[in-house]
Amino acid sequence: MTGQQQFSTFFVDRLFFGVEVEKVQEVLRHQEMTRVPLAPSVVRGLINLRGQIVTALDLRHRLELAEAPPDRLPLNVVIRTADGPVSLLVDDIGDVVEAGDDTFEHPPDTLSQSARALIRGVHKLNDRLMHVLDTQKVVGQDANSKR
Amino acid sequence: MNELDDIVKEFLVESNENLDQLDRDLVALETDPTSHEILSRIFRAIHTIKGTTGFLGFSKLESVAHAGENLLSKLRDAVLTLNPEITSALLATVDAVREMLASIEASGQDGDRDYSALIERLTALQTASPAGSPLPQPLASAVPPPAKAVAEAQPAPEAETPKPEAEPEVKPIGEILIAKGRATPDEIAGAIEQQIDGDPRHVGEILVEQGVVQSSEVVEALKTQNETRASALSASNIRVDVAHLDKLMNLVGELVLARNQILQFSAAQQDAAFLGTTQRLNLITTELQEGVMKTRMQPIDNIWNKFPRVVRDLATSCGKRIRVEMEGKETELDKTLIEAIKDPLTHIVRNSADHGIERPEQREAQGKPAEGRLFLRAYHEGGQVNIEISDDGAGIALDRVKRKAVDRGLITPEQAARMGEREALNLIFLPGLSTAEKVTNVSGRGVGMDVVRTNLEKIGGTIDIQSQLGKGTTLKIKIPLTLAIIPALIVTSAGERYAIPQISLLELVRLEGEEARKGIELIHGAPVYRLRGNLLPLAYLNHELGLETPAAGDQDVINIVVLHADDRQFGLIVDAVNDTEEIVVKPLGKQLKGLTVFAGATIMGDGRVALILDVLGLAHRAKVISEARERALVEDVAARERAASENRQTLLLLRSQGDGRIAIPLSLVTRLEEFPRSALEKTGNQTVVQYRDSILPLVRIADLLQERRRLTRGPQDAPPVDTPVQVVVYSDEERSIGLVVERILDIVEEDISKQQAASRDGILGTVVIQRRVTELLDLEGLIRTHAALRSTKDSLQKVSR
Repeated sequence: MTGQQQFSTFFVDRLFFGVEVEKVQEVLRHQEMTRVPLAPSVVRGLINLRGQIVTALDLRHRLELAEAPPDRLPLNVVIRTADGPVSLLVDDIGDVVEAGDDTFEHPPDTLSQSARALIRGVHKLNDRLMHVLDTQKVVGQDANSKR
Repeated sequence: MNELDDIVKEFLVESNENLDQLDRDLVALETDPTSHEILSRIFRAIHTIKGTTGFLGFSKLESVAHAGENLLSKLRDAVLTLNPEITSALLATVDAVREMLASIEASGQDGDRDYSALIERLTALQTASPAGSPLPQPLASAVPPPAKAVAEAQPAPEAETPKPEAEPEVKPIGEILIAKGRATPDEIAGAIEQQIDGDPRHVGEILVEQGVVQSSEVVEALKTQNETRASALSASNIRVDVAHLDKLMNLVGELVLARNQILQFSAAQQDAAFLGTTQRLNLITTELQEGVMKTRMQPIDNIWNKFPRVVRDLATSCGKRIRVEMEGKETELDKTLIEAIKDPLTHIVRNSADHGIERPEQREAQGKPAEGRLFLRAYHEGGQVNIEISDDGAGIALDRVKRKAVDRGLITPEQAARMGEREALNLIFLPGLSTAEKVTNVSGRGVGMDVVRTNLEKIGGTIDIQSQLGKGTTLKIKIPLTLAIIPALIVTSAGERYAIPQISLLELVRLEGEEARKGIELIHGAPVYRLRGNLLPLAYLNHELGLETPAAGDQDVINIVVLHADDRQFGLIVDAVNDTEEIVVKPLGKQLKGLTVFAGATIMGDGRVALILDVLGLAHRAKVISEARERALVEDVAARERAASENRQTLLLLRSQGDGRIAIPLSLVTRLEEFPRSALEKTGNQTVVQYRDSILPLVRIADLLQERRRLTRGPQDAPPVDTPVQVVVYSDEERSIGLVVERILDIVEEDISKQQAASRDGILGTVVIQRRVTELLDLEGLIRTHAALRSTKDSLQKVSR
């Protein structure tokens, strides 16, 4: 078996996503957020992670998916980045999934340009497809310019 | 090899410290050339560097240091006396050594630059000395055994340690080696005798060459020697990596937050033991916080000690004499702040020395002492550090600064005319003005002062300038003690809390009931509040942050937080003012770096995050202070002139004949000028004046208006020749014309909607301004008529010819 890897999984707008497990610092239930006026709309707010201030990014917004219903409280997937932790807001948390190179496929050309930039590809799991997020790009510079 | 690397590293650290001291000592020596104490300190420093480099094999560095040492020994033995030339050469030596040390640090080599010119210069300077005398080796030669020979070779062995009983006794290298059992007294004596016979090398070097001792042993002995010297200081000090301190500081920040949370929690508790423990935790945390902050504190002297050298070099290069005086060198502030103010301070000091203080002959001509004085003062006050830099130089010529600013289009002539002394002085902080290439010659100041101010404001500091023409200039800087933990005012807007750094806070104003409904007035839509008679521009925090605004009109209470940024005041209207709190500043993630209105975030006692407002950024966003806003205002006036719906105007008030009052919209006025009566000339029947390389026709307002009362203008009415003529310059695309007025009274902003119909031609109407009936001049109409009249007259004249 080559290239077996563990993925921490979560759901955003019924889509199934995975991030390499070593990139995930922790998963938190809903946290109170302080919103940041004038910030790019992808920034939903700031959370207090044990004394550290962490920016929470709205993954739905980032992936140009539908807005979450207002009564639904998002969960936090805190990922490690070069510039400290960043939280991704997701709908639900899934299991840790193991997948190998043999199930991986690059995203088809039919994917929208913006989504292609953020989704590295999919793993064809038995029951569904797991989108692999490029976390570096998700939290990256163009999150800034996106309004 | 590793051991040697450590030795080199230590040598670098020590030498750099020594060099800083050398700089200071050399400049100090210039003022007191006979001081034995300073001289021998300098000598020792160079000598140590030279000695150590010899062992470590940096031959180029050694030869430079050696040449410097030789020159110094002549000074010490009073063969030569210090002159500026020698000082410069010695300072150049220090620079060269510093360069080579940097090179060693970077590459392990003493660099490939050629210093032979410097060595020649140093050698040439010592030619006054009698040839053939052996070079003094003070550290080695004080070894007792061959005392007779030493006494011959060295006429003044006591010069090296002038007061041995006062200083800790420094043992000669030989003695140390003997004490450590590395060499026998005989071997040492032999080496010294060899020295006396003309060997220019150190005792240590000779011994190494003879194979008596290892070079590392000598280095160690040299170190022991240095340690003895520094023992009083170093025994109680250790070097700590700044990164450790930063980490510690962060942890203490966290502890402070946890403490705050517990304190809040404990307020609802009854348990006496728990409350007691909380109190203790509170006290200990506070003390710990103070203690850790202290470790990061450094005396301001760490920056200042470079200044005597900087000033000396500048003064020498422009032929000035400047004395630097300092007070409060020991004033401490946070290390990061020390680094942040280094460049701005250096800039100011350079400016003062370069442009502020005049040349000796100029100073003497003005009755000042030939030597200029640059005074630095630092002290703590109200949780801030105050730094003053004053010189007794030429001061700043305000009218020149103003003119420059007008020429550069930074302000309008009207603004310049209105400007007070303080405001005009602050012009030097404007960006456009400071890059002006000639300003330094003209006004004496201004290169990069905007950068200075920006840098200081970045760290929450302020800068203020005072200047008296001919007497000098003082710059006052205020900066916070530390950046990590700051006192802040917590306010609420649209349900969220925001922290405002207290350093920007001036006062709080609360309007209730009737005041709340009526207190806020509008100038062309911009809200203002009359704060003790002055108009305070206002900004709504809700609005600036794009938050939902509570319905206007139904507010019973208005909270205005009066802030200052960029030397200007503005009021920030918030929903509620909560409390002041010590907050720990935390940076925002890179996704939010572009937001200039926030300086960071903090965690409140309840664990939630609150954003810290950047007052300067907010003010810019609200446009309450920006330059663009001012220009926009001026343009606004013109726009309002066109828009009939808006009736508030800025008016120039003039006195007309017979003490009547006339008003002209300021937007139509290009400049206000004064000409001496002698400058007026006549061409035909037209009065003109030469103005900005062209001819400006002058018209008396009285001549334009149809005066009802024909005043006979007898000779007694003619004003005295020496009073200048006041002229309002009006320009449109085609022409400029100067309107001669009796007197300019004031500039007012007035509502001119309640106009009475005009009573004569050339007048738009009459309004009441300052409780006086005032005629509004139809300037454009008058100029048109005047021009038409003239051209008909001209053509008539042509025809008649």
